[in-house]
Amino acid sequence: MSTGSPVFCALILVLRAATAAAAEDPSQKPPPGSGPTESERGHVAPDPPQHPMHEMSNERMIELMQMEDDAPFSRLLFDELEWREKNDRDAVHWDAEAWYGTDYNKAWLRSEGNRIEGEYQGLAELFWDRIVGRWWHAQAGVRHDFGEGPSRDWIGLGVQGLAPHWFEVEANVYFGEQGRAAARFSAEVELFITQRLILQPKIEFDLYGKDDPQNAIGSGLADSEIGLRLRYEIRREIAPYVGLVWTRSYGDTADFARVAGDDADELRLVAGLRLWF
Amino acid sequence: MTRFDQLRVPRMNRRHFLHCAGAGLFVLGASRNLAWAQSAAQSVLSGTQFNLEIGEMPVNFTGRHRTGVVVNGQVPAPLLRWREGDTVTLRVSNRLRTRSSIHWHGMIVPADMDGVPGLSFDGIPAGGAYVYRFKVNQYGTYWYHSHSRFQEQTGLYGPIVIERRGGERHPADREYVILLSDWTDVDPERIFATLKKRSDYFNFGKRTLGDLVEDVRKTGWDATLAERRMWAQMRMNPTDLADVSGYTYTYLMNGIAPANNWTGVFRRGEKVRLRFINGSSMSIFDVRIPGLQLTVVAADGQDVEPISIEEFRIATAETYDVIVEPKDDRAYTIFAQSIDRSGYARGTLTPHPGMAAEVPPLDPRPLLTMSDMGMAHDMESGGMDHAAMDHAAMGHASGGETGTAIHHASAESGPSVDMLIDRASTGLDHPGVGLKGNGRRALSYADLHTLGGPIDRREPGREIELHLTGHMERFMWSFNGKKFSEAEPLRFNFGERLRITLVNDSMMTHPIHLHGMWSEVESPQGEFQVRKHTVMVSPGQRISYAVTADALGRWAYHCHLLYHMEAGMFREVEVSRGAGDHE
Repeated sequence: MSTGSPVFCALILVLRAATAAAAEDPSQKPPPGSGPTESERGHVAPDPPQHPMHEMSNERMIELMQMEDDAPFSRLLFDELEWREKNDRDAVHWDAEAWYGTDYNKAWLRSEGNRIEGEYQGLAELFWDRIVGRWWHAQAGVRHDFGEGPSRDWIGLGVQGLAPHWFEVEANVYFGEQGRAAARFSAEVELFITQRLILQPKIEFDLYGKDDPQNAIGSGLADSEIGLRLRYEIRREIAPYVGLVWTRSYGDTADFARVAGDDADELRLVAGLRLWF
Repeated sequence: MTRFDQLRVPRMNRRHFLHCAGAGLFVLGASRNLAWAQSAAQSVLSGTQFNLEIGEMPVNFTGRHRTGVVVNGQVPAPLLRWREGDTVTLRVSNRLRTRSSIHWHGMIVPADMDGVPGLSFDGIPAGGAYVYRFKVNQYGTYWYHSHSRFQEQTGLYGPIVIERRGGERHPADREYVILLSDWTDVDPERIFATLKKRSDYFNFGKRTLGDLVEDVRKTGWDATLAERRMWAQMRMNPTDLADVSGYTYTYLMNGIAPANNWTGVFRRGEKVRLRFINGSSMSIFDVRIPGLQLTVVAADGQDVEPISIEEFRIATAETYDVIVEPKDDRAYTIFAQSIDRSGYARGTLTPHPGMAAEVPPLDPRPLLTMSDMGMAHDMESGGMDHAAMDHAAMGHASGGETGTAIHHASAESGPSVDMLIDRASTGLDHPGVGLKGNGRRALSYADLHTLGGPIDRREPGREIELHLTGHMERFMWSFNGKKFSEAEPLRFNFGERLRITLVNDSMMTHPIHLHGMWSEVESPQGEFQVRKHTVMVSPGQRISYAVTADALGRWAYHCHLLYHMEAGMFREVEVSRGAGDHE
């Protein structure tokens, strides 16, 4: 026999071993025929880690990574903070909200009202806010009305979100003492005239379940407000604006207003500042 | 520790750089006589032993003083020059008051050398140090950066160049690193919080009343309103190309602002290799050099069949090696405009120091269009009701490809996702949003063919499909609708070859980076195309790549847009023996 024989036998053995290894997982067999590619020869798998990472709590991992993907944030927004022309009387109006919380759950504080000749009148509400759908949040909480008449407290439920065409919508129902009920609805949209000059139409409705003469409120549709505000964003956060606001009272509410010497139907010039941070 | 090649040379235009702490230029190249070419100095560290010190220093890129996170006193960090086959030791000390880390992006290293706090190691505590030591088994252009919070945004990034053993496949007479990045004077924590409060804060390219008038004039009322209505129904914005824009960013080339004009010198007739690295946090760039053909010879450090083009898109964390041969006695502008055209990084290649070329204007801002994203078919077929709109078929249409039907996990229909697609196309030949039809020959992944074939010719034994999901308004980002904190690790069996298919359900372009293992992108026919460490996935695109799970340990897998990652677009991948799940 020639000296080639042991080499041949060794080759057979190697081939057998390789075939056996490949046979363990037929789907993962390299294609037959050619030898290894240049990249197969060139690639070197890394060694296993000498110090594999130990198990750790999520809190510890967040601390090490400094990557907290459910961290809370907060925002304070004065959507409206404005002076309103009102029959020679100075009126200041605000519509503000603040939230604190994570992507999913937030505490939401909202207030809206007027200050007319030193008298405050309006409402404040505190909600728990949870995102429930692609575009919507559900809210549940309490509302407190304050003003010249007796204050009222309510439990509130609502939704807030982004309707098609980028309408920001809020709809709430409230239940108070003595079988009172109320509902509020608002919708607004932002129209970009330029990158910083923005027109914001907004509508709001207030409805009540029954008369509240002490607070000059009649049942049914009580008030509506349609606003058109043109703001200029000096920065995104700071935007002075001017606008027109048409407020109107209906039914008994309108009667109460007339009795008090107010107009039930007013178109007013407003000027203010929109702020958030 | 030894420090080599600390090239500190006479400067020209020095006054331009006086207020630019750490700004500089990386000159590489075979010969030392290139030193005269430098317009500012920055150290190149080479050898096998390195001492890197992470610290803080005042920097000034915009005219305002800020604090940058520096390595050895520099932003960008020093260029590290290694040789294939060497074992390198890097002692990294941390002088910050917070934990830090360095990740060697694109390097195949053991898991405990990969530098991701919480997965690879504990991170480098304040005042502490960590010694990285690994064998360099690859060559090409890579980079390194912090993997801790926003340190990458505030300056901790630098280039890595590894010499090929036996010489470069495409020798050049001269070479430069072109490291692109984005600098902001604003605290990144504040940027992140701002995006959570108002996600379109940085978008100053929205469609306005003027655009409406213009569109009506061009296409008529009906077409304009129909198009507007479609976007409005979806509650999506076709101008949403970049979450953070030139409004706050100053785009840098080798750490130098556009006004200060980074300059590299060449001799006429030379072959110049440009090693492009996108070391930005949130920016995707479209790069070109008017007047020069660009021959792409490597992608993500991997040599490719040379391909001649005029423009290429470089997503965050990608690298491209390009050879140019300037023949004329003139200067050329290296122009890298951001994907949303809100700004650019710029530098100059010139035969004579001080000579500069014209800087081209920014292109018009591209709009995401329905036809860009394959919706045209559905519109023509007429059956587009509201539901169909929500599940808009946004397949990355290309050459009549009808796309693959996409199925979604239940978590994706939850509140963390604003859009799902029904069909998606691979569209590798699409260079990306805004690059088609601009009159220039732009690179696409279909042009890239890695030389030497795949690292593993086995057919993948299984497939994992992951969807790139997000909610623009809420600034939530995830895989399959689940943020990192909500998801279990992906488990790979040690030794297996598997396929990952990414489907981009969102309207943004995401660069997806798998640590520790190569992503071998496949053609639509399933053939090996290009080996990458970071894979750019365009809106509505479906892209597959094969992975060989030969790297034991725990690895990061994430979108390389930093604020997307921090928002949860991140998964752990665990490679272990016999522990595979079959998603």
